[in-house]
Amino acid sequence: MSSLKDAGHLFRFAGLFVLAFVVFLVVRHWVVPKSFGQYGHYRGAAISEMAARPVKFAGHEACETCHTDKADEKKAGKHAHVNCEACHGALAKHADDPASVIPVKPDTAMLCARCHTASAAKPKNFPQVVPAEHSNGLSCETCHNPHSPAMNAGGAK
Amino acid sequence: MNLSRRHFLVLVPAAAVAWKAVLAGTPEEAPNYNKAEHWWGMLIDIPKCIGCGNCVRACEAENDVPEGHFRTWVERYHVTDGNMTNPEVISPDGGKEGFPAVQEDAGKYFFVPKMCNHCADSPCTQVCPVGATFVTPDGVVLVDQKYCLGCAYCVQACPYGCRYIHPEKKVADKCTLCYHRITKGLTTACCENCPTGARQLVDLKNPKDPIHEFLKTHSVQVLKPQMATGAKVYYNELDGSVR
Repeated sequence: MSSLKDAGHLFRFAGLFVLAFVVFLVVRHWVVPKSFGQYGHYRGAAISEMAARPVKFAGHEACETCHTDKADEKKAGKHAHVNCEACHGALAKHADDPASVIPVKPDTAMLCARCHTASAAKPKNFPQVVPAEHSNGLSCETCHNPHSPAMNAGGAK
Repeated sequence: MNLSRRHFLVLVPAAAVAWKAVLAGTPEEAPNYNKAEHWWGMLIDIPKCIGCGNCVRACEAENDVPEGHFRTWVERYHVTDGNMTNPEVISPDGGKEGFPAVQEDAGKYFFVPKMCNHCADSPCTQVCPVGATFVTPDGVVLVDQKYCLGCAYCVQACPYGCRYIHPEKKVADKCTLCYHRITKGLTTACCENCPTGARQLVDLKNPKDPIHEFLKTHSVQVLKPQMATGAKVYYNELDGSVR
């Protein structure tokens, strides 16, 4: 034991280290979130928090469960692949509560032109017009039904 | 397998609900969304894009993107003859309100929608000092905004410029691939609202996804492949001038 007689200062120092380590473990346990490291070096719960956010666009399947007439009309026409909310806007609130949230009818003059205004930059096979020359000031719906826009499909319904 | 009776009784009704969705042909709608069964990406079909900006507006509406920042945006390239290395690129307000019309002009024009590439070996997640940004088991790069310090290392690290610091929250913000939608069986807001089908959400782990056939039969490229980021936004017929 005589070799340890002068080693007291080392034990005190080691004790200090052990104490610091215990404090570190306690603080770490308290500070690091429970799910940290569940999937990797991040908080696993963040994934489910992100997934739980509410949606704003209901998706065309939701629209089509009620508006079957418009869905059928659209399916037969050239706008078959344009989904409802692309023109009507985000309407998840309407889908959740159809009676109290009434959608506003979109402004066709602005919406049609947004896609169909002629520009050399657009793909050549995409139908394009110069609005001022094309309609003579008439609104688009006079001749085109937005849900099935070919001329022979008739005007607004 | 060690299964207690209590655990078994809990599992049976959950399995019944999930099986109903599977029988209906919509397994993705089953309530027990399994992260291990998906590997999300996106297909962007350049020849179909008309530059209407619907995706940018939809993203803004769905995700409350702050004014002047973009999680997705559209660029218009104008490549004049023999000037592949220096194309004219514009993106007025991210292409949110479309692009000014052009008359027939020399050279070629095309639109390139951009967004987070949800890289498998993402440089942005590697530089985060606190583990606030990560790739989920289903291949989506997300930011844990409760954990983010706002140091903006990731904003600098992203080779595609897809991140920004949220002006009010002062934390990193980016495209989440509409994680709150895709885990509920919906597509992303930008894909839902693309009128020409130029953007399509793809699940690379789903053997029935049309992406597998598409990748075999088309000239598909990712942005900056030389950086080996494992980008999962696939561009069909991407021009060589796109940076």
